[in-house]
Amino acid sequence: MSTVDMTLLENDAGSQPQTVIRTEGAAKRFGSGVALQGISFTARRGECLGILGPNGSGKSTLLRIVSGVETPSAGTVEIEGRPIAAYGRKELARKLAVLQQDALPPVGFTVREVVEMGRYPYQSWLGDDEPGAAELVDAIMERLGLQPIADRAVDKLSGGEKQRVALAKVMAQQPQLLLLDEPTTFLDIGHQVQMMDYIKSWQREAGLTVVAVLHDINLAAQYCDRLLVLRQGKAVAEGTPEQLVRSELIADVYGTEPIVLAHPVNGAPQILLRTGVNEQQERAKG
Amino acid sequence: MASLSLGSVTVPAGHIVGIVASHVPGLGGYSPHPWSVQEEQIIWKVRLARVALGMLVGAALSLAGAAFQGVLRNPLADPFTLGVSSGASVGAAFLLYFGLQTAFFGQWTLPLIAFVTALAALAVVLRMSVMDGKWHIETLILSGTVMQAFLGAVVAFFIAMSKQVINDIVYWLMGSLAMRGWAYPALVGPYVALGFVVLLAHAKALNLFAIGERQAAHLGVNVERTKIVVLVTASMLTAASVSVAGVIGFVGLIVPHLVRLTVGPDYRLLLPLSALGGAIYVLWADTLARTLLSPTEIPIGVVTAFLGAPFFYDAAAQAQAGARSMRGV
Repeated sequence: MSTVDMTLLENDAGSQPQTVIRTEGAAKRFGSGVALQGISFTARRGECLGILGPNGSGKSTLLRIVSGVETPSAGTVEIEGRPIAAYGRKELARKLAVLQQDALPPVGFTVREVVEMGRYPYQSWLGDDEPGAAELVDAIMERLGLQPIADRAVDKLSGGEKQRVALAKVMAQQPQLLLLDEPTTFLDIGHQVQMMDYIKSWQREAGLTVVAVLHDINLAAQYCDRLLVLRQGKAVAEGTPEQLVRSELIADVYGTEPIVLAHPVNGAPQILLRTGVNEQQERAKG
Repeated sequence: MASLSLGSVTVPAGHIVGIVASHVPGLGGYSPHPWSVQEEQIIWKVRLARVALGMLVGAALSLAGAAFQGVLRNPLADPFTLGVSSGASVGAAFLLYFGLQTAFFGQWTLPLIAFVTALAALAVVLRMSVMDGKWHIETLILSGTVMQAFLGAVVAFFIAMSKQVINDIVYWLMGSLAMRGWAYPALVGPYVALGFVVLLAHAKALNLFAIGERQAAHLGVNVERTKIVVLVTASMLTAASVSVAGVIGFVGLIVPHLVRLTVGPDYRLLLPLSALGGAIYVLWADTLARTLLSPTEIPIGVVTAFLGAPFFYDAAAQAQAGARSMRGV
């Protein structure tokens, strides 16, 4: 890693307020159904907050509200002390970026063109960018190993490459807050770890705040500083992975009781799934 | 140039240059000129006006098609997706049925009324498809289709009721650039110019739409506003060209598609080149329409479809083959 790209990726984190996100009683109703009821949480500068919960627990809805694409039915969302609705669209895009699962559809744009799309919030309507933008895009592509495929069309890439391009685009946005919406769902384990490691090193260098909706409890326990657990639209627990990744809580929230072990290298709590439990119980009864 | 020269009266190319030059201020006025007054009349008043109208209509339809395909993220969207053409058709059919086509504003009546009914149809479609302040692509396309089907039935009713064997309404529906003089190009010109500028200003936002509405929103695009501005602008372009030239199908579908196959998906290139390609395509289609069975004219809508469909199939097949060979199958 050269020093050039490190300075390019840095933002003026030191002078900023320490609470990056604060929600108070954020709720969302769709018609008669309630997707979220009164979620309050904060994310502090530089931390990684993981949001866990089973399917339909409202974690994606929460992320959509925090990213500003949905407005909450009740409650408030503040980004760096200001209500999210008070931000202009491009102003918000310079502050906050979102990496989704399956982030790039098969389009004919080249890798470099897609990464440059991340500069949109910095460009004037004539397309002029800040000085140094081209170097920034180069540095990001170099860092993620995208230079060899820079001129390849996105629809000719593998899933892992596509997701790396999506990450590069998000990095070009130079946000201070990164929201992850299950970005590793469609990746194999090698690419999952690679993706999370890229994000982790970027986070450390840039003092980035990360809020991650993750499917995989084991990944969340290793990469996140704190976890927020949702069930049926309500926050049921908040704390460090060591406090929360316990078999009773997981059994309670997910409906299956795993075995929890400490990771032999980094000590993070990891779960092992127990299969066939229902059958054993049936047999014990019968 | 060939398009100006050919026709039921053939005018030599040298004369055309002279005639056109004589109308450019500062160049004209040197006498004696070798061409006849009839030639000058044909070239300046009839053919050049027609060429201008054809190019403007072609540019308008192709721009509109490219814009629709961008916002709706559907390569099969065409300028008529939101029911604009059927709106114009109902207005035109009404006037033709009751013999009112020159009733109120002389030659302006038909285009003006067709334009107004086209915009009315668009307004209803937009109104039908708004749900909690947002326009969803699926409901937009669905409302447009419903509107087209309904207004199509209205037009069919007018056609069925009229007793003529060769029906004015049917002829209007198939499109024509004939006998319009300079008034019509002057009417469409400003719309094309304005529409072009507005759409080009949204070219980068349309590029971001290609990777998804939500991602475009995350990058700072005002998705709702962009959608409405682009769709309304494109529909105005369509309405303007339909109201002066009838329904000329296929241009807005194939021209942007062919341009996309050649230069890729970037709307900053796609929009201007589609305008250019559409202008050329309609010009050639109209030249064929005039000359093929001269002195009988084939409706230009028939020619664009006749030419377009096989060409489109061929281009699509080649693109398929190209994609396959790249994957090494």
